[in-house]
Amino acid sequence: MSKSLEILLASLLLATPAAAESLGLGREALPEEIAAWDATVLPDGTGLPDGSGDVLTGEEVFGANCASCHGEFAEGLDSWPVLAGGDGTLTDPRPVKTIGSYWPYLSTVYDYVHRSMPFGQAQTLSVDDTYAITAFLLYSNGLVEDDFTLTRENFTTIVMPNAEGFYPDDRAETEYPLFRAEPCMADCRTAPPEVTKRAIELNVTPKDENGNPAGTLPLLTAASQTAPAEAAAAPAETPAEPAAETAPEAASPETETTAEEPDAADEAAADPALIEAGEKVFRKCASCHKVGDDAKHAVGPALNGVVGRTIATAEGFKYSKPLAELGAGGGIWDAAALHAFLEDPKGFAAGTKMSFAGLKKPEDRDAVIAYLSTFAD
Amino acid sequence: MTDEPTRRAFLAGTAAAGAGLVASAATAQTPDPLITEVQEWASVFGDAVDATPYGMPIEFESHVVRRNVEWLTESTASSINFTPIHALEGTITPQGCAFERHHSGAISLSKQDYRLMINGLVDKPLVFTFEDLLRFPRQISIAFCECAANGGMEWGGAQLEGCQFTQGMIHNMEYTGVMLRDLLAEAGVKPEGKWVYVEGADASSNGRSIPLEKALDDVMVAFFANGEALRKEHGYPVRLVVPGWEGNMWVKWLRRISVYDQAVESREETSKYTDMMPDGRARKWTWVMDAKSVITQPSPQAPIRHGAGPLVITGLAWSGNGKITRVDVSTDGGNSWHPARITGEARSMALTRFHYDMNWDGSEMFIMSRAVDETGYVQPTKQALREIRGVNNVYHNNGIQVWWVRADGEVENVEIA
Repeated sequence: MSKSLEILLASLLLATPAAAESLGLGREALPEEIAAWDATVLPDGTGLPDGSGDVLTGEEVFGANCASCHGEFAEGLDSWPVLAGGDGTLTDPRPVKTIGSYWPYLSTVYDYVHRSMPFGQAQTLSVDDTYAITAFLLYSNGLVEDDFTLTRENFTTIVMPNAEGFYPDDRAETEYPLFRAEPCMADCRTAPPEVTKRAIELNVTPKDENGNPAGTLPLLTAASQTAPAEAAAAPAETPAEPAAETAPEAASPETETTAEEPDAADEAAADPALIEAGEKVFRKCASCHKVGDDAKHAVGPALNGVVGRTIATAEGFKYSKPLAELGAGGGIWDAAALHAFLEDPKGFAAGTKMSFAGLKKPEDRDAVIAYLSTFAD
Repeated sequence: MTDEPTRRAFLAGTAAAGAGLVASAATAQTPDPLITEVQEWASVFGDAVDATPYGMPIEFESHVVRRNVEWLTESTASSINFTPIHALEGTITPQGCAFERHHSGAISLSKQDYRLMINGLVDKPLVFTFEDLLRFPRQISIAFCECAANGGMEWGGAQLEGCQFTQGMIHNMEYTGVMLRDLLAEAGVKPEGKWVYVEGADASSNGRSIPLEKALDDVMVAFFANGEALRKEHGYPVRLVVPGWEGNMWVKWLRRISVYDQAVESREETSKYTDMMPDGRARKWTWVMDAKSVITQPSPQAPIRHGAGPLVITGLAWSGNGKITRVDVSTDGGNSWHPARITGEARSMALTRFHYDMNWDGSEMFIMSRAVDETGYVQPTKQALREIRGVNNVYHNNGIQVWWVRADGEVENVEIA
């Protein structure tokens, strides 16, 4: 080897990050830290903690924590994931991919529920509750009987129906050879192109104010030359009208509510501990309802100013029929109505979209109402 | 075309105005006041240097933003938005308009509070602080990140109007970070270790299994993007960069790397991100994003408004299997194809820009682009993919996009036979 090549190699070695050499960075992870962060459960059961849960407990825990999105029977509300059923639908035009029909491993259910659910309140379920929910999901998929108890010991005996339904990516064998031919460059068609599908006919694209697809590039001509005078005049005039129209409307509910608000405000001022407790209880609501500055409607309406307001009147939210009717009939979200609704949403308004099991403890309801009272419209 | 009179009228008017302007530019009858009159900006001060300590795009570019499609998901905390690729040029995506996909929202995690754990089948489980990461040798890598579901709404037919929505689950950034292999070497991977599992610190704790071979190859633990810290929505302070592979694996707010002898088979690699095939079985571990391209202009959100004459057709091409070697453009629905110019450098597993300059005669066109990568893979038609995969698949739609350019310059998303 020549001297210059040796020098070159030596300098390359110096310049290249030393992959295999330890730099002595970081510190050893403590067992408690690993236990806290490594909750992963593998298909062979590795990582499963000691514990157990039965179907009936699971039904209860699921009802309180999961049913507001996934439905009481894991059937999935609105477009939230369907967790049960769908057996034999995987070749249908619209397959129903559930835990029972699609998921290959039970470990995935436990792992995901324990680490990532409930949505917006992750990592709040105990080990036993997670076993119980997993048992309930097996039951709701018809895979175990209602007296079943899932334990760490019997966990890996459960074989999911679609366990054999997956195979590793085979595109390299089944597709790539087909798509590696030299492509046609000229006279590739036998007939002129014919339109078979048009996105415009579905009309599902977000639109801008001109009716064009949202984000359509603005005109580059005319606007700066001919339009300035008009453009400057037009915006000033047009928004002024709707604003004038809406202002009185907006004013009247405000004056109505202010009459009731002092009570709520007094209560709130009287018990900061209750408000604080309410903030904690509200975490159960927060995955669907927003409060505070910039709160927007989500799955449920934003709740600023809800206490004392006419039912189902938050602007821009599409309410279920029963709530809208209560509001139209002059119903007010006073303490009694809120208590009744929060205790048993479906009992108060059968058909409400809010499929939340309810706050069974009166003190929780008091607390959350006190907390909500602190958010004005 | 009776369903959108506003748009038709608007565009027709535009075309006329455009044509008029072209004519006046060639033979002006009256002097242009923008030239003959002293404009305000040519006379008085503009913004001072202390006006914008961190600049945002000028107000005239307010349409160049990420957009979401409300009906796609139940909650915007677990949803996706789309990069306005129809309005961008070059290849680097600015962080501020690069698409976001969150499973439980974008979290605020400071560098001080950041910890990264490596555990599992390693000689010594480790915890790194952010400062520790800064002391490893750094690398730079430009890579595209494409959601596996990019184009997923288009499997069954043309659905959304605009490449922002049909191909916009993609971005391309220049990352600086440390190689995952260097961090793994620090912990020492045991011989039985075959997979690494990577997990985020957010409430979804999104986690994916990556074969050790890839982890030791080009996977980066990144903390800078496009020269600045990662944005919150892109995983500040630390995310994973997995070149060429589906975006779901690019775990944000990376908190844990665990070495296993098997895949974890997490929810995101079983229930989701698996590809339904016609026989009811599903492909799993479909990590690579195959070669793909799309014409970004003209497109439904970028109609032609200047009338006939010189026309620039441009678009993006990319492949998870290497470099783009060629992009062909057709203006006649795929009857004839013409190689486009690859403008700038074609980098492996990064967005590549192409241009095709033509003289438009003002008649209707069906424009398409077709990418070819260094393995010889030619981007297929959607129909060719459907013949193999059926239509129950959500992911990995890399089929050729057809835009229908109308004589008035309006552009539609269509499928043709």
